[in-house]
Amino acid sequence: MGFWIAALTQGFAFVALAWGVYLSARVLRFADITPDGSFTFGAAVAAALLVQDTHPLIATAVAVAAGMLAGYVTGVLHTRLGVSDLLSGILVMTALYSVNLHVMGRSNISLLDTKTLATPVLTLFPATASWPDDVTFGAIFLGVALLLGSLLTWYLRTDFGIALRSVGDNPAMITAQGVDRRRMIELGLALANGLVALSGALIAQYQGFADVAMGVGTLVAGMAAVILGETLRARGRSLLLTILMVAAGALVFRLLVALALRVGLNPIDLKLMTAVFVLGALALPRLRRRAAVTVR
Amino acid sequence: MIAVRGLEKSFVQPGGELVPALCGVDLSMAAGEFLTVIGTNGSGKSTLLNALAGGFPPDAGTIEIDGKDVTRSPEHRRAALIGRVFQDPYKGSCPSMTVAENLRMAELRGTRRGLRLGLNAETRTRYRDRLARLRMRVENRLDALMGTLSGGQRQAITLIMATLRRPALLLLDEHTAALDPRAAERVLLVTREVVQEDGLTTMMVTHSMEEALELGERTIMMHRGAVMADLSGEERRATRVSDLLERFAGLRHTIEYTIQHRAPPPA
Repeated sequence: MGFWIAALTQGFAFVALAWGVYLSARVLRFADITPDGSFTFGAAVAAALLVQDTHPLIATAVAVAAGMLAGYVTGVLHTRLGVSDLLSGILVMTALYSVNLHVMGRSNISLLDTKTLATPVLTLFPATASWPDDVTFGAIFLGVALLLGSLLTWYLRTDFGIALRSVGDNPAMITAQGVDRRRMIELGLALANGLVALSGALIAQYQGFADVAMGVGTLVAGMAAVILGETLRARGRSLLLTILMVAAGALVFRLLVALALRVGLNPIDLKLMTAVFVLGALALPRLRRRAAVTVR
Repeated sequence: MIAVRGLEKSFVQPGGELVPALCGVDLSMAAGEFLTVIGTNGSGKSTLLNALAGGFPPDAGTIEIDGKDVTRSPEHRRAALIGRVFQDPYKGSCPSMTVAENLRMAELRGTRRGLRLGLNAETRTRYRDRLARLRMRVENRLDALMGTLSGGQRQAITLIMATLRRPALLLLDEHTAALDPRAAERVLLVTREVVQEDGLTTMMVTHSMEEALELGERTIMMHRGAVMADLSGEERRATRVSDLLERFAGLRHTIEYTIQHRAPPPA
């Protein structure tokens, strides 16, 4: 039981990451690999601040701001300097590796003795002291996800959000509508990587450490969640449903990972399996089409 | 009021050759004028529309819209003044957003987009009423995804999108060419109504000479990057499609002569 609760708690922390990847990959249709760096960046900034006894809420907020800055830089590299979307992200992700080491001062920071987001919750609701850590964190992360989900749904329905969504949907047309495509990409990527960094900050506090290598494979994991969400969504197309299903995708992904490890998958193979899964999801429509052509 | 003076533009071909697309276009339009543009392939009619919309900076010349010199203003800024419908019905709207969201986005063309919810009861009612006037049964599809509508429906809605916020200049780039005949006819009818009701200054490029003479009150003929004929009033009323064809045939010689004797455009 505790095993599943731990997976679910991780899943709730992953929801922000899934939404971030959904924003860049699906809404903006920008191949952004910054998340592999910005996830760690969020964790590193939060951890560095927490060991200096910063209030956990402030530490987490600064981590989000750091992630937004990383995304913004990726956007600027692409829109103002003409670097391809993929390479912009790779450059920022690579640079962030050094930045993260600088921020942490070493490759690993333990958060076992520091305050975390669970600390203020324990003060506010003393009853939660008897809960296992997993449940406390799970409740916090669920709350964060609900709040974020409402904000995101509202945001994408505002006049600004509608323009942001149009950037990926029809880039030729938005300029004719007076939307500055470059500005939208910069702000959209900032938002996406802010969400990714939040995920990193939450995971670090939950697992009790930040590590410079923890971001490897973040984008692929996020893509897996988005793809699972789209499969779950099936035919429904409303914005709210999509956002909910991407979140569900993050949960299903973490549960699948937990299940795979439970039945004896070597943790070393986890990223390989994730990559194969995403590849399969990407290649399947093409293989199916080819099969259909051959049959005919 | 639109004033185009001495507009020139050349494009570099893949081989590095400089090909002139606009060779000194002079054109002025009165407010509320409906102008149709015809010309052979590569005559520069679409390039002229793109230049007006701000798709590229011209090599020489100026463009004035409503007294403002917009020659150097980037496309997304100039959009505040310009409504545009493309030939491709899929180019003018966002397929995975709803009809209402598309209309909202278009209504805010060229304005600041804030953090207010885009759609509410008031905007929805207004959009529904506006679409009802198309008589194409799209008014009940406000929440349908744009991509699920037919080409004709999309193009008619794109026209509404281009005019929902009154443009100083409406540009129509062969906007019925990709539609089936019935849809094309419908969209043309709608075009006529919208332009007339709102008294919009309109420039419509068309490949159909009948359309060119039938719609609007003035027709220009373009060839090799220049305006070769400018018909209005009595002269235009007396012009038949056969006359236009004759003029095209007659033009070829003079033009080739003119082009060859032009100074090369500045790089």
